[in-house]
Amino acid sequence: METTLKDSGGIGSWLATNLGRVLVSLIVPVVTFIVLWQGFIFLRDTDAPKIVIVLVAIIWGVGGVAVLFAVSNWLVEKLPSQWVYHLQPFVFVGPGVAILFWYLAFPVIRTIILSFRGPAGTGFVGLDNYIFAVTDRVMVEAFRNNLLWMIFGTFFCVSMGLIIAVLADRSRYESIYKAIIFMPMAISFVGAGVIWKFVYTYRGEGSGISEIGLLNAIVLALGGESQPWLQQPPWNNFLLIVIMVWLQTGFAMVIISSAIKGISAEVLEAARIDGANEFQVFFNIIIPSIQGTLITVTTTIVIFSLKLFDIVRVMTGGNSGTNVIANEFYLQRFTYSSAGRASAIAIILLIAVIPVMIYNLRQFRESRAF
Amino acid sequence: MNTPSRSLKGQKALSDFLVNATLILICLIWLIPALGIFVTSFRNSTDIFKTGWWTIFPHQAYMKTGEINIDPSVDVNGPIEIEGVSHTFEEWRAGVVMPDGRQLTWFGNKRTRLVEVQVLEWKWFDTKLTLDNYKNVLTGKEISFTDASGQVVRAQGNDLSGAFLNSIAVAIPATIIPILIACFAAYGFAWMNFPGRRLLFTIVVALLVVPLQIALVPILQDYTKLNLNGTFLAIWLAHTGFGLPLAIYLLFNYINGLPRDILESAFIDGASHFTIFTNLILPLSVPALASFAIFQFLWVWNDYLVALVFLGDQNRVLTSALAALVGEKGQDWHLLTSGAFISMIVPLAVFFALQRYFVRGLLAGSVKG
Repeated sequence: METTLKDSGGIGSWLATNLGRVLVSLIVPVVTFIVLWQGFIFLRDTDAPKIVIVLVAIIWGVGGVAVLFAVSNWLVEKLPSQWVYHLQPFVFVGPGVAILFWYLAFPVIRTIILSFRGPAGTGFVGLDNYIFAVTDRVMVEAFRNNLLWMIFGTFFCVSMGLIIAVLADRSRYESIYKAIIFMPMAISFVGAGVIWKFVYTYRGEGSGISEIGLLNAIVLALGGESQPWLQQPPWNNFLLIVIMVWLQTGFAMVIISSAIKGISAEVLEAARIDGANEFQVFFNIIIPSIQGTLITVTTTIVIFSLKLFDIVRVMTGGNSGTNVIANEFYLQRFTYSSAGRASAIAIILLIAVIPVMIYNLRQFRESRAF
Repeated sequence: MNTPSRSLKGQKALSDFLVNATLILICLIWLIPALGIFVTSFRNSTDIFKTGWWTIFPHQAYMKTGEINIDPSVDVNGPIEIEGVSHTFEEWRAGVVMPDGRQLTWFGNKRTRLVEVQVLEWKWFDTKLTLDNYKNVLTGKEISFTDASGQVVRAQGNDLSGAFLNSIAVAIPATIIPILIACFAAYGFAWMNFPGRRLLFTIVVALLVVPLQIALVPILQDYTKLNLNGTFLAIWLAHTGFGLPLAIYLLFNYINGLPRDILESAFIDGASHFTIFTNLILPLSVPALASFAIFQFLWVWNDYLVALVFLGDQNRVLTSALAALVGEKGQDWHLLTSGAFISMIVPLAVFFALQRYFVRGLLAGSVKG
């Protein structure tokens, strides 16, 4: 009897002494929520000068996330220590996992469902969207072009990257050369599109008209005739692939170059002393030593060229026989408003990367990081 | 005695020369297209159409030195004789090099009866450069310029300065938010114990290569329901979602590799996970954070697809604004080139200032597709 009384008295006094704390625990999240919500409303409806909006947006966005973490952690740490032990991991991992599921994991399933539905995402149409995606003339052309991108784009990126990496390794000015080749990595595909559109530009014949595009000027200087390059299938695909090579060779070069630096100098020295010439060193020592890296780089660029969108969108819009899968995805969803077909195309892109996904998972399991 | 070593030296010098010559050639091929738009962006819009951008460099060109008026009595339909040389009208119009090296070119159509006398001369640097293109493309107000045919065109400016600010408002939070969230998650995966830890991280690894096209259709549905389309929050969250797998993966590898003793001694001192995270792990992870930050910043700044889908025309970022410019004014090279250059300034500056970190991030993240 006495103990229970004591206990209930204990709870009562705990409540009495901690009422303030409980109240604070309620007020802080509410105030946080109100402040963040007001920020959202302000950003959505304001007519303030742009620069003010931008500053508020940055502070609100970055600060908001930091505050959310701090407040939820503060709340959890108020609880008894056994609870803290179980709940705190979710404060840390929860937001990241929630966003991953919302933006990537669930959409995989939702897109699969949508791919069996009609244009507006309603009604069941069976395999119609997939039949369109693999048999329609437009899609077959897109597949052919993506294949060109994947084969030629990847081949030239990796081989140019390899050649430049090997050559630069033997030069005193290595870092300058590498910075120049690498530089296009920093700029957008849209910007690169403008650069190359200007190279390929065509003005036609007529008096007093001179070609201002570099390619046509070179062709004219060599005695040829100027051409509207981007409108001539199938060669225009290769002119677009040149842009990708210009952009991505730097990536291949940097990764390969660091692998070459990892080859032990003694092995190379020994081979040269044994009378191997530079070509033998290259094919019998350098290439086998960096095989793994070459495969990684190739895979990365193949996936990149599979998803390629911006260059084609900006340069030709997919016209003149240059369409690619990702551009057709965009056209289906946003120009022809067919969510179903777009989803089927997205699923095809996903299926194409599944081997890489399995490879990554296997590597992860073998690495025993856990 | 030392002839063999001298010939070896000679061989070395020769191969050095060949290596450098090849590399310089490749670098030139890489630089020239970009140089083209850089030069063009400073040229007058009428000059751009008259001559190629390379003509601002020293070169030999025919310069006009005088004019010849053709007598009205001459029949312009038959062969025309000028200064004792006879050619058809078409040939005169294409330009005829006279025996003394001068070039005579018929100006305009047959009725002008005007022939320009041109002499081959060296032309040094063309100094007629202007900042007008930048002014025009940056402003949101009305602008006027002379087009290729000499007419004054008045048009609405392209407001790239507004797009520039939007790009900043998108890129900075879309870089910091995923890093913050990923850093917490990476710490949780590396140092905390909870049910489903291994399964969740396996999912993170699986999602590394998922093409973002998968997410666009469903997420757009959600945004329409939530009325989020076109807001900064929408695109920050989208970039966060698409960047998180790589961010968590990279930061996990880094944080997991930090020495365990640090954590244990901090725990013994009574520090909580949160304190350890903010006071110890965050400062220690700065190199990894910087690598990923540059990676993500460049990716977001240069992104076109996500901005096109989720931001639409309100709050246009630089890439969308530039792409729209290509679509609407595909031949206005004075605007396109200066616009393109504006869109490249920030990423190039970031890139050259922090190249070392960027390369490190690339090397660590080359598992991603």
